[in-house]
Amino acid sequence: MRFEYNIEAGNFSKAGDASSSFKKILKQLNVDPQIIKRIVVSLYEGEVNIVAHANGGKAICEVDTNLVRIHLVDVGPGIPDINKAMQAGYSTASARVREMGFGAGMGLQNIKNNADILNIQSEVGVGTELEIIVNLPKAG
Amino acid sequence: MQVQDIIKILNLEVFGGSGGLNREISGGYTSDLLSDVMGHAECGNIWITLQTHKNVIAIASLKELAAVILIKGNIPDADILEHAENEGIPVLGSKEEAFELTGKLFNLLTR
Repeated sequence: MRFEYNIEAGNFSKAGDASSSFKKILKQLNVDPQIIKRIVVSLYEGEVNIVAHANGGKAICEVDTNLVRIHLVDVGPGIPDINKAMQAGYSTASARVREMGFGAGMGLQNIKNNADILNIQSEVGVGTELEIIVNLPKAG
Repeated sequence: MQVQDIIKILNLEVFGGSGGLNREISGGYTSDLLSDVMGHAECGNIWITLQTHKNVIAIASLKELAAVILIKGNIPDADILEHAENEGIPVLGSKEEAFELTGKLFNLLTR
């Protein structure tokens, strides 16, 4: 199953809408609540990153029998140094974003801590793509 | 202990989300960094914060928190109350600062 969500640049009032929709779907599919929590944290952080940093993007969420795969694709400035971006506390967020309590340099760490696999590809001036995979335990 | 119990004891204002007043409280989390709460708060926690915007409800709902308490007399932004109502997340207010309120809540939940 595949679900696609558009993510608007700069619209913080809609940040979390994709996570909320996908969470409801995962609940309906009877995914383990502990695993839903990990997926939701990862997707939410990815959404906020697109809202805060990119010029817009989308989240493509796929549910397979043994895993959930999320692609977060944006058009935006890209990440010049991914290793630096992965460091806890490192942030390029604007003052406005920080005042809202975002931009503390914890988002990518939260994704890494909750995903089984996190792949980041980015091209400066083009955009960033995150692949997040969370494994689903075998039924029974 | 339920959300409605601590409202009486701590003399909290109820701004919205009254449908969730019977939520059970598992503990508390005090932070103004949203990713910190997203990463570390637990289901059923009460969240103490000075942030007043709509994303607070988004996080509280996604993390299934018991309620949010806004400190220092802060008033929630107008657009969050409908969201809080829909999600059944009580948005509460206190005149106290984070330190005092957290201390009182800690004592209530651990005694």
